[in-house]
Amino acid sequence: MTTNSNTKIKQEITSQKQPIIKLENLKKAFGDNVVLNGFNLELFEGENLVIMGKSGSGKSVMIKCLIGLTEVDSGNIEIMGKNLRSLNQNELNELRTEVGFLFQGSALYDSMTVRENLEFPLRRHKQKFGIVNDTTPLVEEALNSVGLLSAINLMPAELSGGMKRRIALARTLILKPKIILYDEPTSGLDPITSKEIIELMRNIQSQYNTSSLIITHDVDCARVVSERMILLIDGVNYAEGTFNELSNSKDEKIKAFFKH
Amino acid sequence: MFGFTSIERFFIEIGDFTYFTKRFFQEIFTKPFEYKELLRQCYNIGNKSLFLVSVTAFIIGLVITLQTRPTLQEFGAESWMPSMVSISIIREIGPVIIALTFAGRIASGIGAELGSMRVTEQIDAMEVSGTNPFKYLVVTRVVAATLMLPILVIIGDAIALYGSYIIENLKGDVSLTLYFTKAINALSYTDIIPATIKTFFFGFAIGLVGCYKGFNCDKGTVGVGMAANSAVVFASMLLFILDFIAVFITDIFFEI
Ligand SMILES: Nc1ncnc2c1ncn2[C@@H]1O[C@H](COP(=O)(O)OP(=O)(O)OP(=O)(O)O)[C@@H](O)[C@H]1O
Ligand SMILES: [Mg+2]
Repeated sequence: MTTNSNTKIKQEITSQKQPIIKLENLKKAFGDNVVLNGFNLELFEGENLVIMGKSGSGKSVMIKCLIGLTEVDSGNIEIMGKNLRSLNQNELNELRTEVGFLFQGSALYDSMTVRENLEFPLRRHKQKFGIVNDTTPLVEEALNSVGLLSAINLMPAELSGGMKRRIALARTLILKPKIILYDEPTSGLDPITSKEIIELMRNIQSQYNTSSLIITHDVDCARVVSERMILLIDGVNYAEGTFNELSNSKDEKIKAFFKH
Repeated sequence: MFGFTSIERFFIEIGDFTYFTKRFFQEIFTKPFEYKELLRQCYNIGNKSLFLVSVTAFIIGLVITLQTRPTLQEFGAESWMPSMVSISIIREIGPVIIALTFAGRIASGIGAELGSMRVTEQIDAMEVSGTNPFKYLVVTRVVAATLMLPILVIIGDAIALYGSYIIENLKGDVSLTLYFTKAINALSYTDIIPATIKTFFFGFAIGLVGCYKGFNCDKGTVGVGMAANSAVVFASMLLFILDFIAVFITDIFFEI
C-alpha cells in the first residue's frame, strides 16, 4: 500500500520535471537578418516563464515558430511530448487547442462582434467539448473570467485597448488550453490597466491551472509574474534565472534591462 | 526586399502569384468548404458594387449613343443605332468597363481588408484557432467575385442599353419595345456566350489579385495602403491581358 503510493508520488515528481514545451537549438533567419541563432527553452508544467528581450530581438518570431505559424530553419520543437515539425495539419490543429495564444495587438476579428469572436475558435473544435449546439454558456463563462460579460454584443472598434486585451484573453481561454503564450500582454497599456491585466493573468493561472510563457519588456510585469526568466539577446538564451538573480547580475548586457 | 533588382523582383512576384493560384486550386477541392462565409461574401461583394456598376453602365449607354448618333445620322443610318450599340456594349464595352469598375471597388477592398487582417495578426489568430485562413478568407472571396461579376455585367449591360434607349427616345422617338427588339435581334450567340465566359475569368482574376496582395501584405499601415493600391493596378493590367486573350480565342473559334 505504502510502496504503491510512494511510487505514485515518485511518478508525479518525475512527470512534473518533464518539460511541457521544449525548444532545442532553434534557428531562423529572414534573408541576411539572422533572428534566432540556436535558441533553447524548457517550460515545465504549472510554471510561469518570462522571456525578456529588446524590441526587434525576435521574441515574437520565436513564439510564432513555437506554435508553427512561422517555419523554422532548423531545430527541434516539442510540445507536450509531440514533435511539432512532424505533425500533419489535423494533428497540429488538435495540439493547438491545448495552447492558447494572446497576440501582441490583441488580434480581435474586427468584422465580428465580441460573441462571434469568442465563438470562432469553437467552430472547428466542437469535438473537444462534445457537440455543443448552444455555445452561449461557454462564451459567458470565458467572458465572466475576464469580467467583461457586458461587452458581449459590442464590436471590437467600440472597445478600449485594455478591454480588447481582456476579450482576446477570453478568446484564448474558451478552448481551455493547458498552456498560454502571452506576447507582450501589457504593451501599449497604461500602468493601471497593465496591473489589471497582470492580476487577471495570475487569476487565470490559478483558476485554470495553466502553464504560461510570457514575453515582455515590462520589468514590473516580469517581477510580478515570473518564476523563472530567460533573456533573449543576439538570438540565443543569453541568461537564465529568477528575477532576483538576473536583476543583481554584474553583466552589462543584463543590467541594461533592469535600469530605470 | 533582400537586395534584388527590380527585374528579379518582377519575376519573384510572378512566381509567388503562380504559387498562390496553385494553392487556391488545391484548397478549393479539399474539405471543409466554408459555405456560409461564401454566401456572406457573395452578398457583400455584389451588394457593394451594384450601385457603382449601375451608374457607370447607365452613363456609358448615354454617352455612346450621344456621340455616335451624329455620325450615323450623316449616313442616314439612325435606324442601325440599337443594333450597333447593343453589339458594342454586350461584346466588349460592358464587360470591360464594368470589370474595371469592379476591380477598383473590390480588388482594393479585398486587398485592404485582408492586408489589415494580416498586419494586425488576425490571420495568424485564425490559423492558431484551427480555421484554415486560406479557405475561410481567400477561397470564399475569389469564388464570390467569380460568381458575382457575370451577374453584375448582365445587369450593367441591360442598364446601359436602357440608357441608350432614353437618348434614342428623346432624339428619334423610338418605343421601348421597338428599341429592344432591334437591339436583341442584332445579337447572336457568338456575341453573348464568349462575352459572358470571359467575365467569369475577369471576376476570378480580380478576386485572386485582391486576395494575393492582401494576404501577402507587408508589415505596417503603409503596407496596407500599398496592398490596396497595387491590387487595383495589377488587376486592371491583368484584365486587359485576359481580354486580349479572350478576343483572340473567340476570333479563332468563331471567325467573326
Ligand atoms: N515576416 C518577416 N519577414 C522579414 N523579417 C521579419 C519578419 N518578421 C520579423 N522579422 C524581423 O525579425 C526581427 C525580430 O522581430 P520580432 O517581431 O520577433 O521582434 P520582437 O522581439 O517581437 O520585438 P517587439 O518587442 O517590438 O515586438 C526584426 O528584425 C524583424 O524585422
Ligand atoms: Mg513582438
